[in-house]
Amino acid sequence: MDKIQSLYEALTKVDGFIYPNELALNWDMLIVMYPYITGLVAGAFILASLNRVFDIKALRPTYELSLLTALSFMLVATMPLITHLGQPFRFYEMLITPHLTSAMAIFGFVYLWYLMVVLLLEIWFDYRYDMVIWSREKKGFMKFFYKALTLWVSDTSPESRKTDEKIGYFITVVGIPSAFLLHGYVGFIFGSIKANPWWSTVMMPVIFLFSAMVSGIALVMFIYMVVSYLRKQKIDMNALDTIAKYLFYILIIDFTLESLDQIHRIYEADESFDILKILVRGKLFFTFFIMQIGVGVVIPLATLGFLQFKKPRVRIRKLIYWIISICVLVGIFYMRWNVVIGGQLFSKSFYGFTSYKVNLIGGSDVTLSLLWFIVPFFILAFLLWLLPPWKKAPPIEIPEE
Amino acid sequence: MPLQVKRLLLVFAIFIGIMLVLKYVLTPDSWREYGPYRGNAIGEIASQQAKYVQKESCADCHDSIAEIKSRGEHINLQCEICHGPGYQHVDDENFKMEITKNSTLCLQCHTMNAASPKNIIKQIDATEHNEGEECITCHNPHQPWL
Amino acid sequence: MAIEKENFSRRDFIKNSSMFAGGVVFASLINPYKFVFATKQPKGKGKWYGIGIDIEKCIGCGSCARACKIENNVPDDPFFFRNWVEQYTITNDERILVSSPNGGIDGFKQPVPEEDIYKTFFVPKMCNHCAKSPCTQVCPVGASFESPEGLALVDQSYCIGCGYCVQACPYGCRYIDPVKGVVDKCTLCYHRLEKGLDPACMMACPTGARIYGDLNDKNSAVSLFLKEHNCAVLKPQLNTESKLFYNDLSQEVH
Repeated sequence: MDKIQSLYEALTKVDGFIYPNELALNWDMLIVMYPYITGLVAGAFILASLNRVFDIKALRPTYELSLLTALSFMLVATMPLITHLGQPFRFYEMLITPHLTSAMAIFGFVYLWYLMVVLLLEIWFDYRYDMVIWSREKKGFMKFFYKALTLWVSDTSPESRKTDEKIGYFITVVGIPSAFLLHGYVGFIFGSIKANPWWSTVMMPVIFLFSAMVSGIALVMFIYMVVSYLRKQKIDMNALDTIAKYLFYILIIDFTLESLDQIHRIYEADESFDILKILVRGKLFFTFFIMQIGVGVVIPLATLGFLQFKKPRVRIRKLIYWIISICVLVGIFYMRWNVVIGGQLFSKSFYGFTSYKVNLIGGSDVTLSLLWFIVPFFILAFLLWLLPPWKKAPPIEIPEE
Repeated sequence: MPLQVKRLLLVFAIFIGIMLVLKYVLTPDSWREYGPYRGNAIGEIASQQAKYVQKESCADCHDSIAEIKSRGEHINLQCEICHGPGYQHVDDENFKMEITKNSTLCLQCHTMNAASPKNIIKQIDATEHNEGEECITCHNPHQPWL
Repeated sequence: MAIEKENFSRRDFIKNSSMFAGGVVFASLINPYKFVFATKQPKGKGKWYGIGIDIEKCIGCGSCARACKIENNVPDDPFFFRNWVEQYTITNDERILVSSPNGGIDGFKQPVPEEDIYKTFFVPKMCNHCAKSPCTQVCPVGASFESPEGLALVDQSYCIGCGYCVQACPYGCRYIDPVKGVVDKCTLCYHRLEKGLDPACMMACPTGARIYGDLNDKNSAVSLFLKEHNCAVLKPQLNTESKLFYNDLSQEVH
């Protein structure tokens, strides 16, 4: 079995002393992928709520796109977890007998709540009128499909549209703390492990949340540019510039929080600091300093900051946004890597390190992680075909009374 | 209430109903008997087979060796530490328990190591003390001190 | 009749969140901290197991690690351990060298010549069967639990193999069985205790360095051990209420 073989190899790479059972890294690439995917969901949703709740009209062109992106990734979000389990077919036990002292136990319920009550309902209320119209235009199976999606409600009156609008707004408002819970609890899962000093910090849920928002916004920026290019449509530069502006603000907050965590750790220099210093400067040097901080934070911050003062021509701005969104997405992936893998590389005895070899070819965790990252894009393509945002009827005006 | 809201509430009611039925059906029988876990698990863990039988069981039949051992330094040593687990031999006395006559067995405890307290156990350097010969050439393992 | 959009959602939001907050306050008044700690100490009666290890008596023979592997069918391949022995060597130039070759089963060698050694000793390790165990607190499905006797056990036919408990144990006592895909750990040979036998490692120790017993019985071997010696637990600052007490524990041991 390749797993046993890789453990024998890891034995030769132990540096110093580790507790014997710490040789194997249990939370591998799949567990890096899970917070990454839920982070993209939470972040994309927050961008949508910026338009709906905080009334930032410039983001209107990306509203439905953000929601559909969030939904595509949400549908896949459980899969890294289930495929990682030692006994995957027992996953239902978390829903049937959740152990309430465990943060992980609420996963099933938070996931179902967010998927069904927040995402699906909001998209449903937003598209209901249009789905009724499309069910009348199409024929055959698609007609039946759209009718089923509308739950066989065919009301197209302005009153029903106003109801949709009001309930959709309420759901978005509820969705914001739900998004915080969806990704905050992942941070809490790590932050509440007192046994691991790299993870155990009060800041962990907050850091996870803000880095999630950063990655989600960058993802929507990237997808908006790709979709517009594929459809040969003109990009609304005002929307793109606004997205970049919010990306810049939240990136500042994210960087501040992470720096605060590290500065606090360095200043207090408690029992675990010596081994963690060696960890960060050694095994995590490339992934932490170069990828997470360099590529993921410094380059985007410097570029986006420069753009706030001096805006170059549209073509150059678009190219910059392409590159920056990819940099941020890569940087936040490495941030998850540093937390999950980094926390398992050093021994809890503080006397040594183990190693993690990423098998690019044949490693089941790498293959599955890539699969779960790529599948949502196909789901998004399907959703954009089924529920095209650009074919929607204009939104109904609610008169101020 | 608007029609679409009524339909949605119906869908949710059906979904929650299914979840509750599943919870009732799939919860294990002995759940919460002692705490937030399957009560039957305690019985299942306790039913694992014990392999070491401990020296009182050996002494039931091998009383002469037990008597010799009780007069020597190895009085508190369990027979099975050298001879291996005895559960198969206790069930079927024809089952032979294999033991190595090699000094590596004795050296597991008696090898010289600075961390091993000298007041607790006698230690030898295997290269100096009678190299090439097995320990049992001179020492009776059941009454080792010459 | 038209309701102002903002008032409708804000009113409902405030109503819902205050209902939720009120429910949480109410629940916490009824039973404070119920959802936080994993177990409660039994009230007076019943056994409450504790373990004592005397570092002054450990000779590093590895019999405990060997016996446990055989008794409990612990995988040999490559290696995992329910208990193991560590050798600590502190040199004259203040380096701390720790080793555990195959958990101590294959014997130990000193890494430096004897004249360079300042201090050296063996430390056997095993599950601490903590009273406030972080491992049972984090299990999402209730497969890791504390038995009424105070032993941290695993229900292997219910465990989903998520590995959260492995991450939560500060002492490195748990591992995921590579074949079964579920978590395995020291059970203090619960199956032997029920039959009136001693745990395999306790029985195997040739020098009597390992003691276990009922902490509620003030005349048991472990209670007397605690009375006679100055004992310490590993990582006391984490407040796991570990029930594995070491005599002569040196501060280099983590």
